[in-house]
Amino acid sequence: MANASSHAVNYHTADGAPVFYDNGDHHPQQGTLLGFWLYLMSDCLMFAVLFAVYAVLGRNYAAGPSGADLFDLRLIAVNTAILLFSSITYGFAMIAMQHGKKQAVLRWLAITGVLGLSFLGLEIYEFAHLIHEGAGPWRSGFLSSFFILVGTHGLHVMFGCIWLVTLMVQVSKLGLTTENKRRLMCLSMFWHFLDLIWIGVFTFVYLMGVLP
Amino acid sequence: MSSAYSPDAPTSLIFGRLTLDAIPFHDPILLATFAMTALGGLGLFGLITKMGWWGTLWRDWICSIDHKRIGIMYIVLGLVMMLRGFADAIMMRAQQAIAFGDNAGFLPPHHYDQIFTAHGVIMIFFVAMPLVTGFMNYLVPLQIGARDVAFPFLNNFSFWMTAGGAGLVMISLFVGEFAKTGWLAYPPLSGLLHSPDVGMDYYLWALQVAGVGTTLSGINLIATIIKMRAPGMNLMRMPVFTWTSLCTNVLIVASFPVLAATLALLTADRYIGTNFFTNDLGGNAMLYVNLIWIWGHPEVYILILPVFGIFSEVVSTFSGKRLFGYASMVYATVVITILSYIVWLHHFFTMGSGASVNSFFGITTMIISIPTGAKIFNWLFTMYRGRIRFEVPMLWTMGFMITFVVGGMTGVLLAVPAADFVLHNSLFLIAHFHNVIIGGVVFGLFAGINFWFPKAFGYKLDDFWGRVSFWCWFIGFWVAFTPLYVLGLMGVTRRMSHFDDPSLQIWFQIAAVGAGIVALGIGAFVIQLIVSYLRRDQLRDKTGDIWDGRTLEWATSSPPADYNFAFTPIVHDNDAWHDMKQRGAKQPMTGFKAIHMPKNTAAGFVISMLATGTGFALVWHMWLFAALGFAATVLASIVHTFNYKRDFYIPADEVASTEAARVLKSA
Repeated sequence: MANASSHAVNYHTADGAPVFYDNGDHHPQQGTLLGFWLYLMSDCLMFAVLFAVYAVLGRNYAAGPSGADLFDLRLIAVNTAILLFSSITYGFAMIAMQHGKKQAVLRWLAITGVLGLSFLGLEIYEFAHLIHEGAGPWRSGFLSSFFILVGTHGLHVMFGCIWLVTLMVQVSKLGLTTENKRRLMCLSMFWHFLDLIWIGVFTFVYLMGVLP
Repeated sequence: MSSAYSPDAPTSLIFGRLTLDAIPFHDPILLATFAMTALGGLGLFGLITKMGWWGTLWRDWICSIDHKRIGIMYIVLGLVMMLRGFADAIMMRAQQAIAFGDNAGFLPPHHYDQIFTAHGVIMIFFVAMPLVTGFMNYLVPLQIGARDVAFPFLNNFSFWMTAGGAGLVMISLFVGEFAKTGWLAYPPLSGLLHSPDVGMDYYLWALQVAGVGTTLSGINLIATIIKMRAPGMNLMRMPVFTWTSLCTNVLIVASFPVLAATLALLTADRYIGTNFFTNDLGGNAMLYVNLIWIWGHPEVYILILPVFGIFSEVVSTFSGKRLFGYASMVYATVVITILSYIVWLHHFFTMGSGASVNSFFGITTMIISIPTGAKIFNWLFTMYRGRIRFEVPMLWTMGFMITFVVGGMTGVLLAVPAADFVLHNSLFLIAHFHNVIIGGVVFGLFAGINFWFPKAFGYKLDDFWGRVSFWCWFIGFWVAFTPLYVLGLMGVTRRMSHFDDPSLQIWFQIAAVGAGIVALGIGAFVIQLIVSYLRRDQLRDKTGDIWDGRTLEWATSSPPADYNFAFTPIVHDNDAWHDMKQRGAKQPMTGFKAIHMPKNTAAGFVISMLATGTGFALVWHMWLFAALGFAATVLASIVHTFNYKRDFYIPADEVASTEAARVLKSA
């Protein structure tokens, strides 16, 4: 990061008198990555609320189906594998970025995007199937909190895919510039963050949901 | 009134449930308000056209990413919305003063309910929040010796999202109606079953749009304070206002997402028929109350902490002393920040969580009074043996100390669960929180406006009208709210549009007189602005340091140049500017370098207006427009990311001539 290098500030002159004005070379540090971290934490809080709501409402079946009746763990296992694998492929894109290999970056991003879309496709299939069986979000408190928690994660993945395509266009047009590298790093954090959330969803919603 | 767009009525693809019936032609109060607003708007439009201000308005303000201009726009938004919120307050006071026995007053219940809801929503979200955010925006970069915030474009976008939310609330006045649920919109009342009309939807989308802006501005200011401080300014050398801003923005980032999620769940209940907060099918309404107060309690500290910072700056400047107990002030602020997360349940002790839960939250609530009390003593000890100048900001500060302490004590009283069971939802509660919000936040904002106005505009505010405004507010507040304490102790509950017991009427009449005195205070403030503008040549601040200030914002000219500081100051002590003056620091007048600056852009305004339009379409179930608006918002954001030319350099000779002109002015 070119901007982050800040030159040494002289606080005192050679004879020890304090210096009160910088000579004009001082540049503040680049704050994008910190800012993006803060955004991720605020997003994490949003998921925290949805998890808490699921914890409160997750057993309110209202005489309807429960997780044990509905969840198909094989499908979810495939979906989990796809999403986790997409994190690895994004990681490869970042390694390629470090080496300055533009084509490799684009290739790994494309693979990541395909995996992300496959995840979304399977999730939409799962949702459609549940709704078809009469287990839509309006059926019970449990299903409301299930659909909104999982669906919010899915929406994030969708925005991640839109962002990924945008970045691919930008990288292919302008190359691995400082700005584009910074953006790739932000999306990388976002993508891994979604993985982390999914591990929570997988554990607390699906695995614990099929317990009797 | 609401039958025109009941959920069963057929809706059209284009206009959703919006029909001409949504415009309240039959309500003379609203119609007159609309006529006045339209006339005022036309007058403003004509004035801008006549003076040829459209160009500068667009380029220098709407598209500006300068934190100073955005700060001023936030403050203007807050003051304008305060007039609306106060109009609601006056109507409530007038209604309650006359609606006794056979007299139904002038406001029917469904209108009265909208007014108290709008009053609360507007005063918190669109008056107090913009004013506080405006101060932080304007001052934080100046106080830390920076040239702008960390993300200048995001700052502009945040402002316009806040303004968009305010716009939706204002539109609801003339197109449709507003929520009738109280400012926090508890379900099941706010659910589809009991509030099928658009009022609740205006509420939800207005807060959702504005909330995005608030959260992003919180992130922005944290990054600014962490990353952009002048060399030498370590954390324990930051001005107290910057410290309170840091804590406030931490609170914003750590609480507004909770609000967003909670409102989204209620929105899901209303729009797709989920069962989060419904009475049947496994919903849980008290879950909403818990969640909304997990945001809501930190929110009150989001409002008060920056104002504590303002008072700290004012007290130490006008006492001519370093702030007493700087470190304890910082620790008290941090402790309040943390404690504000573990008290939320005191807003609903009557929910029936049991004695142990209520005791826990009662005790944590009482503990907050300890750091707050420490702050009061710090301010008092700063004044002790100081050379106090009784300028207008200092008057507001002393008025605050007297008023706020009483509000704090009634708060501790309410923190006793047993007492709260008697006083819950009574006018005693209303008096308490107005006592801390008016006596704390509003007084502090007026202190801040009087203190920093010369910095922002280059001339002082008129002293006489400032004093008139203060005394009217101070006396008016006590006349308006002391009767509510009395009534609350007698058991009168809030949100009533009519009373039967004639013995209560005298107290409401006194309260109405108090509201009238506050109205005089607002009028005096408006006069103060006009008189000061007319007398600006006599009131001119040529030095940039009109109050003998102590922090870095006074080290530059008034108003500051676009780049704030030609040379970044180097900090050696607390109260950096005072230290520099003591040791005879002189800014060099040669060796200027080109200054790297962010470029103005219309993107923030465009994206925000698209988002606001999407919100409006969603309120009225115009699904086609909602989908198009959403797609356009996303698309505009993507297009904006293709703009890589976001900065420019102010050439060194231009900096040199600006600085030379400034020296000439102060000579």
